[in-house]
Amino acid sequence: MTAEQIFFLLTAAVILIAALMVVTVRKLLHAALWLVLVLFGVAVLYAILQANFLAVVQLVVYIGAIAILFIFADMLTRRDLRDRPGQTRFNWWVAALLGLAIFVGLLSALLSVPNVNRTPAALPTDTDLVAALGTALVSPQGYVLPFEVASVLLLAALIGAVYLAGVNKKS
Amino acid sequence: MSIPLSWYLVLAAALFCIGLYGVLVRKNAIAILLGVELMLNAVNINLVAFWRYLDPAQMAGQAFAVIVFAVAAAEVAVGLALIISVYRRRKTVVADEIDLMKW
Amino acid sequence: MSFWNDPINFLADWLNGVLTGWGLPAGWATVLVYLVGITVLVVFAMVLDIGLVWVERKVVARFQDRLGPNRLGPFGLIQPFADIIKMVIKEDITPAGADKVLYNIAPVLSAASVIMLWAILPLAANIYGVDLNVGLLYVVAMGALGTLAVIMAGWASNNKYALLGAFRMVANMVAYEIPMVIVLLIPTILAGTMSVIGITEAQRDIWFALLSPLGLIIFMISAIAELGRSPFDLNEAESEIVAGFHIEYTGMKFGWFYAGELLHAFTFGGFAAILFFGGYAGFFGLEKLPAFAWLNLPLVQAFFFILKAMLGYWVIMWVKYSMPRIRIDHMLAFNWKFLVPLSLILLAATAILHKILVVLPTWQYALGMFVANIVIITATIEILRSYGRRQRLAEQRLSPQPVEN
Repeated sequence: MTAEQIFFLLTAAVILIAALMVVTVRKLLHAALWLVLVLFGVAVLYAILQANFLAVVQLVVYIGAIAILFIFADMLTRRDLRDRPGQTRFNWWVAALLGLAIFVGLLSALLSVPNVNRTPAALPTDTDLVAALGTALVSPQGYVLPFEVASVLLLAALIGAVYLAGVNKKS
Repeated sequence: MSIPLSWYLVLAAALFCIGLYGVLVRKNAIAILLGVELMLNAVNINLVAFWRYLDPAQMAGQAFAVIVFAVAAAEVAVGLALIISVYRRRKTVVADEIDLMKW
Repeated sequence: MSFWNDPINFLADWLNGVLTGWGLPAGWATVLVYLVGITVLVVFAMVLDIGLVWVERKVVARFQDRLGPNRLGPFGLIQPFADIIKMVIKEDITPAGADKVLYNIAPVLSAASVIMLWAILPLAANIYGVDLNVGLLYVVAMGALGTLAVIMAGWASNNKYALLGAFRMVANMVAYEIPMVIVLLIPTILAGTMSVIGITEAQRDIWFALLSPLGLIIFMISAIAELGRSPFDLNEAESEIVAGFHIEYTGMKFGWFYAGELLHAFTFGGFAAILFFGGYAGFFGLEKLPAFAWLNLPLVQAFFFILKAMLGYWVIMWVKYSMPRIRIDHMLAFNWKFLVPLSLILLAATAILHKILVVLPTWQYALGMFVANIVIITATIEILRSYGRRQRLAEQRLSPQPVEN
C-alpha cells in the first residue's frame, strides 16, 4: 500500500461516511454541513487526479455558494428555530434495497470497462493543463457552444431565482 | 503501485446510490435537493477519473465537468428559490404536503 | 546548493538524510519531512500573528494621537503575550442551547481558512509551500471557507444578534468575492498564469501596480470588504449588534477569531504586495546588475516581501482607522451597482489592450495600460459627479433651500 493509496482510501472513507450522514441526520443544518464535508472530500479527490482547476472551482462554487445557499434556505424555511423530527419516511428500507440494487447494477456496468484496473495515463508535459482547459472551453473546435449555453442557463437561473424569491411579490 | 481506475468508479457508484437513497427517503424538499447534489458530485468524479486515466490530453472530461458545475449551481439556485416561494404560500417544505396538483 | 542560496531544500535534504540514516524507508521520511515543513510554516504564521497584535495596537494608537501600549517591555513588545495569557485564563462559556460541535469548530475553521492561504504565499523564489498553478482561485476558495465559518459561528451561538451579524457578514463576503475574482483575473492576464510564483516572476521588470492602478484600488477595496474590517465591518458594529457573529465567544475561542482576522489582513497585504507590487522580486531589473547580485538571495527577498506586505497591511489599517462605517444596504449597493460593472469594464479593457499591445516593447505597453486605467478612472469619476449633481438638483427642486443674502 503506497502512501497515495492510503490517502485515497482515507478520503473515500470520509466522503462515504459524510454522505451517509447527509441522508440520515435529523437536523437539516447538520445535513448541509455534512454535505460540505463531502464536497471538500471530492475536491481533495480532484486534486489527487491532478484536475487542480476543478478542485479549486469545486471549493469556490459548491462550498462557497451552493452549500451556503442550502444553509440559508434551511434557515429561511422553518416555522420556528427548532427542527421538527421525522425527516425520513417509514418505508426507508425499500429505498435502501433499491439503492443497493442500483449500486450492483452500476458496478457491473462500470467494471466492464476494458482494462478497468489501469494506472493513470501519462500527463502531457508540454502544455499547462489549466491553459489547455481554458483554450478548450473557448475555442470553436472545442467546447465553446456548451460553455455559452451554460452561461445563458446561469443567466436564466439568476433572473428566475431573483424573481421567484423576491420580496416584492404580492401573494 | 498507483490507484487503479476501478477504485474511483466504485466510489462514484456508491456516492450516487447514497444520493439516490437520500432523494427517495427524505421528506423535506431541501433534503431531497441535498441528495441530488450528491448524485451530481458522483457523476463529476466519474467524468474526471475517466479524463485522467484514459487521455489527459483531451479536455472533454474536464470541460464536461465544468458544465456540470454550472448546471448544478443553476439548478440549486432555482430549486431553492422555488422551495422558498412555496414555503411563503403554503408554510411547509415537506414534499408530501405540497400536493395541490395531484389528482 | 548552500543554505544561503536555497534554505528550504537544503534543510529538507538534511532532515531527509538524518531520517533515512536512522533507518526509515524513503517514502515515510519524505512524508515526515513534509509534515515538519507544514508545522514550521504554521508556527511561523502564528508567531507573525503575535507580532501583528503588537503592530495593530501601536498603529491604531498613533492614528488616534496616543501612544499605545508601552508599559510591558520596551515599546510594549510583551503586550501581545499578556493579551494571550489573559485570553487563555478566561472562562470558556458555551451558551445554553448552542450547537456544541459547530460552536467549537467555527473559530478553528475561521483561523484555518487563513493559515491555509500561507501554503501558496511565496516569501522568496524558493521559500514557499507549494506552487499551485491555480493559486489565485485558491485564494478565493479559502475566502469561501471563511464564509462558512462565519455562518457556523452565527448559527451555533443560539443568539439573534449573532445570527443577524452572520447574515450581514456572509452577504458582505459573498457579494465582494465577485469583484475580487474579476480583479484577480487582471494580474492573470498581465502575467499569463494564475500561479502566484509566475505572477511574481512576471513583475521582475515592472510592477503591475503601474500597469493597472485601478485594479490595485478595486483589489484593496474588495479585500477590505472580504476581511470584514472597517469601513465594511457591519458584522461587528458595537453600537448596533454588539460584536455580531462572535458575541458568544469568550476567551481563546474569541482569540482565534481575532488572531485569524489580523493574520487575514496581513495575508491580504501580502497578496497585494505579490500581485501588484512585485512581491519578492519587483526590483525593476536591478538585481541583474553584478553590484546588486545579493538581491537574489532568498532571505533578502523574504525581507523585502515582508516589508511590502507590512506596507500593504499598514494601508489596510490606515483605511480602517480613518473611515466611518458604511450601512449594509449601501455596502451591497456599492458592490453590485458600482464595483462589479467597473471591474468588468476594467477586465475587458485590460484584456483587449493586452492583446493589442503585447507586441510592443515594455515601456510602451506599460504606458498604454496605465493611460487606459487613468481614462477609466476619469470617466468613472465624471459619471459619478454628473450623477451626484443630478441627484442634488433633483433634491433641491423638491425641497428648495432658503437663499441666504
